[in-house]
Amino acid sequence: MSAPPNLAPLYTAEPKKVATRNAYGEALLELGTSHENVVVLDADLSGSTKTKAFGKAHPDRFFNMGVAEANMIGVAAGLASQGKVAFASSFAMFATGKAFEQIRQSVCVPNLNVKVCATHAGLTVGEDGKSHQMLEDVTLMRVIPNMQVMVPADSVEARQCIHAAAKIDGPVYVRLSRGATPIVFAENYQFEFGKAATLREGSDLAIIAMGVTVSAAMEAAEALAKDGVQARVINMSTIKPLDVDAIIHAARDCGAIMTAEEHQENGGLGDAVAQAVALNCPVPMKMCAMHDQFGQSGTGDELLAHYGLDAAGLTKSAKELIQRKGA
Amino acid sequence: MALTQEQKSLVESAARQTRVDTIRMVHAAACGHPGGPLGMADFMATLFMQHLNLNPDNRHDAKRDRFVLGNGHTCAGYYSLLSQKGLIPREDLLRFRKMGADLQGHPHRNHDLGIDFSTGSLGNSLSVSLGMALAAKHNGWDSRIYSASSDGESQEGQIWEAATAAAHYGASNLTVLVDFNNVQIDGYMRDVMDVRDLREKYEAFGWHAVDVDGHDVEAVDAALVAAREETKRPSALICKTLIGKGVSFMENQPGWHGVAPNDEEARKALLELGVPDGELAAMVPATA
Repeated sequence: MSAPPNLAPLYTAEPKKVATRNAYGEALLELGTSHENVVVLDADLSGSTKTKAFGKAHPDRFFNMGVAEANMIGVAAGLASQGKVAFASSFAMFATGKAFEQIRQSVCVPNLNVKVCATHAGLTVGEDGKSHQMLEDVTLMRVIPNMQVMVPADSVEARQCIHAAAKIDGPVYVRLSRGATPIVFAENYQFEFGKAATLREGSDLAIIAMGVTVSAAMEAAEALAKDGVQARVINMSTIKPLDVDAIIHAARDCGAIMTAEEHQENGGLGDAVAQAVALNCPVPMKMCAMHDQFGQSGTGDELLAHYGLDAAGLTKSAKELIQRKGA
Repeated sequence: MALTQEQKSLVESAARQTRVDTIRMVHAAACGHPGGPLGMADFMATLFMQHLNLNPDNRHDAKRDRFVLGNGHTCAGYYSLLSQKGLIPREDLLRFRKMGADLQGHPHRNHDLGIDFSTGSLGNSLSVSLGMALAAKHNGWDSRIYSASSDGESQEGQIWEAATAAAHYGASNLTVLVDFNNVQIDGYMRDVMDVRDLREKYEAFGWHAVDVDGHDVEAVDAALVAAREETKRPSALICKTLIGKGVSFMENQPGWHGVAPNDEEARKALLELGVPDGELAAMVPATA
């Protein structure tokens, strides 16, 4: 077990909030300068996905493909087959939903350097409602052979995930969010691809979270500690390959595991963790996720609260799990 | 420049070999798609023997021409042509579709064999070809990207997304050869889903598009030469063909889209393709 990474002073001061998509735009600009072979594609959402700045800086390496996501992924695959590292972006709903087949057939089968970086994932896209709240993207991406999947917890980690994606030889999916979310990590945090980061030690239960629910999990752990429950908090920002060792350790040390994600439980983080737990070290589990349901319009915070994915909801679920563990 | 007599007979001989190989391969595999490759053989042989800059020495050269077989199910003919160009060992052809073989039922990217992309799912190929064309242009390479497609594949919406984008980006180094035989798996196109005039459609999308007799190797060659002259627009050759061409009982028969010939049918087909009687027994060993 490595020492917990450096965290931002999340609860000692007003947390700073930045959307992970902003970090994506900045990382692309950095890659544009350092990597001549990086190209970027978008499907008429470059202002929202934050690829526009790259387009301005490197117009000859930016391809706006219009509202045609399937074609965008195919073109990205063709570019990658000629030696380019192609970042392709749209909203998660369209990038992985409309273009699933192209990602499987044209990117993952030939194992090409296409990085699908999708923004506006999950419930926190908010007011746009269920048509735009992509809750199945991690499921769709993690089941495809050759695809690797990252879900950064905040903008500090997101920037490093994008740089990691550029280094990986093969297809990558990075799930990014629309809304500004609390900064979890200090600037000197070192993301390690394929490794879970334990953000808080504890042995009564482990909360394994991804994306925007990581900060809520940290807040929930604070609340639980006040009631004498010590929760380990694990940031699972690489969903595939999954850090199974970290999960086994958590199961052995804590005897109960709760997962948290703004995503369907079917096929998502919860499923991935449950598979590792069931195969290696069965313990009581609870999945905080969307339970085979669509979302609705509302603010991101309202939606997270409504579906039990904010700090209060996670605290309540953790207490239920602790009771079950004790029974 | 028109084909010389020598070039013409080279292409015609390659087309005939493509048809013979197709029958033998699909027969040996006991499954696969004979009709398409027979129909495409003439324009494919023209492309591979006269235009496509691909050979065993340059197969790993990023700057060489590329070819993407959009209608991937017709790969028996494609594999035959790659074999004739020295990229696929002749003995591998009869392992087509068999367990452990490089020659998969639909093409899988393998630069050792000159296979530039994985295909099989209709609709994806033109986008990929466009990506290759954009990369070549960006790199300042003068290579050309060729793609084969079909009337059936033109029913896929993604083809028209790619057609829109290829014209928008002025991908003049991209040429698609559309096999137009009016037949798809479920029957004749007019009964299943009529795609109407593809030349007019590609033109409306901003392409240089021509209709060409897909069995007239001189006409196909001339159209490919004209495509090379384009400096602003991608080119589409709508190749009018007869599915099953060269084997009388397969011609214009939807039933031969995806069915393998039995021993007797294979021998009959090879005879019609000019294989001497004495070679038939060796070429088509009894399978059962």
